[in-house]
Amino acid sequence: MTELLAGWGTTAPTVAHVRTPKTAAEVAALLGDNYPRGLLPRGLGRAYGDAAQNAGGLVVRTSALDHIDVDESAATVTVGAGVSLDALLRVALPRGLFVPVTPGTRWVTCGGALACDVHGKNHHVDGSWSRHVSRFGLATPRGMLDDVLPGSPEFAATAGGMGLTGLITDMTMQLIRVPTGAIVVDTERTPDLDACMARMLDNDADYRYSVAWLDCLARGGKAGRGVLTRGNHAEVGDLPAGARRDPLHFAPTTRLTAPRGLPSGLLNRRAVTAFNAAYYHRAPAHATSVESFAGYFYPLDVMSHWNRMYGPRGFLQYQYAVPYGQEDVVHQTLRRLEAAGCPSYLAVFKRFGPQDGLLAFPLEGWTLALDIPAGAPGLARVLDGLDELVADAGGRVYLAKDSRLRPDLLPAMYPRLDEWRAIRDKLDPEATMRSDLSRRLGLA
Amino acid sequence: MKDALGGLQHVLILGGTSELALATLRELDLRPGARVVLAGRDPEACAAAAPPLPGVAVVTKRWDARDPGSGAALVDEIVAEGQDLDLVLAAAGILGDQEQAEKDATVAVEVLQTNLVGLVAVLLPLASALRDQGHGHVVVFSSVAGLRGRRSNYVYGASKAGLDAFAEGLSAALQGSGVTVTVVRPGFVTGRMTEGMPTPPMSSTPQAVGTAVATAIRRGSEVVYVPPSLKPVFGALRLLPRPLFRKVPG
Repeated sequence: MTELLAGWGTTAPTVAHVRTPKTAAEVAALLGDNYPRGLLPRGLGRAYGDAAQNAGGLVVRTSALDHIDVDESAATVTVGAGVSLDALLRVALPRGLFVPVTPGTRWVTCGGALACDVHGKNHHVDGSWSRHVSRFGLATPRGMLDDVLPGSPEFAATAGGMGLTGLITDMTMQLIRVPTGAIVVDTERTPDLDACMARMLDNDADYRYSVAWLDCLARGGKAGRGVLTRGNHAEVGDLPAGARRDPLHFAPTTRLTAPRGLPSGLLNRRAVTAFNAAYYHRAPAHATSVESFAGYFYPLDVMSHWNRMYGPRGFLQYQYAVPYGQEDVVHQTLRRLEAAGCPSYLAVFKRFGPQDGLLAFPLEGWTLALDIPAGAPGLARVLDGLDELVADAGGRVYLAKDSRLRPDLLPAMYPRLDEWRAIRDKLDPEATMRSDLSRRLGLA
Repeated sequence: MKDALGGLQHVLILGGTSELALATLRELDLRPGARVVLAGRDPEACAAAAPPLPGVAVVTKRWDARDPGSGAALVDEIVAEGQDLDLVLAAAGILGDQEQAEKDATVAVEVLQTNLVGLVAVLLPLASALRDQGHGHVVVFSSVAGLRGRRSNYVYGASKAGLDAFAEGLSAALQGSGVTVTVVRPGFVTGRMTEGMPTPPMSSTPQAVGTAVATAIRRGSEVVYVPPSLKPVFGALRLLPRPLFRKVPG
């Protein structure tokens, strides 16, 4: 069965053979075969670029590896690689448990979260996904590893290894205990980027979660204005009286579905400028509120297939991290995109804490993520220029989001690339594990 | 691999000195690190014709459209090199002299071998390689001359008619494979091929063709007329009864 597969940005689809094994044994059998174009696991396809594509090869969907086994007393869970955060939270939250790290959508799988070593709004406090994983199973082309443990080379190469060391079959991880499913959110408007950074440095330590939205379309004195939302898990007493009886109620909703076949240009500069201005002014100058976890962590999940809003040409997300002291890169980014007339419709700005790993994306400093329509004229050149700034600043772009990086910048951005390759080559000497990302960047 | 913004990493030009293909190449905005293969009967001429592309590796390979065996050999060689092909520009072609061809059929045969047989012989194994890799784009340089047979150039027209039908069928055969086929139908293009000939209305330049083809590649268009106004004109001319069509000048 062949399928045309794309990433969430829908930009460069390719055709692959697709299989959906039901057990770890079936996975192992698939890995034992020989594929001229290699093999790659795929979760829910939420990587923006080509990380979960394998043109002409085999793509192994992990969706049937869906078992969830919670140990309530230890607050741990063992999950199949194909379990989505949505499915996990449905089981965990009513037991007073929550995922230790979550990206901005709950429609990612645990396998994908480990393979990309994803981060959340709490990276400055809790690090990335892999920090909370105590073991995982890995089907490699050389055989099954049932218990890959933190500290081992296999663990280091697989966390953030973009699915190129083998297929993660399951994992055991530590969850956190939460009294409610709500977040106490402090919201404040920040008039410009410097003010936003200053506020974050000032008292991010008071919050487990911290994220800023920036208005990239505001001009002149308003450029870089944003809304900073920071929060902590709510105690029962924080909830409105009516919600206290069932504080762990799981009730996220998907109210809208973007239809197929939307035209390009629906999200245009004028519309988004107006939306951003409204969003900025609707936010309080400074206020505290109680929000559901879904509203705080997953605002975009209320619309399924929201990527269709970008039309047939799709979009990309450009996310990078730069160390502290390189704030000018962020200023330059906003200025250059503005000067080139490339609108970014969604800009998310965060801080990262320290991070271990061979191909891990986070590094202590700042991270900026920008959603940009792929049809924006001159975008390729602008982003190439920004890549060079980022690399010179000791920063890097995020492989889980990447769809267009120039391969020659990869070693500068990922200085431990050769260490990673050495371990990978031992796990997969025939280079069976392959992806469009790895072909495009010469990664493996 | 092609990237999210249409950036290409590996391009093959069949007919490495073709003005139209090289004009297209200049418009592709290849980034440093990309690789271009110019395949033609005279690799030195291909190398000399290559435009300056900063940071792009340009290599030449011998391939002669008049020798159908050289097509399969070329494809084998490129596949063995191991880098996916993102784009193929099938541009080899000669105009031939219609009057001479009517006196000496070997002239006509050479036109057909170059423009049709040689390209078919290389495009079939290429299509198979692209299908195996699950992605790719083939641009076939046809001509409006292939849409109706004309007194003045029907040997050339026959070669392009054959190529055009082949490309349409190839496109159908590659549906669902991840491979896109674009057919380009220029009108009269001022340039080396038509040097010394009077310029008819609705003519274009290699530069205009290059720009139009690069846009079509980005968009994934199936059929491109250059200039675009030729589309309605030939839409009408295709319906014109023969006695009337024979009276159309050109």
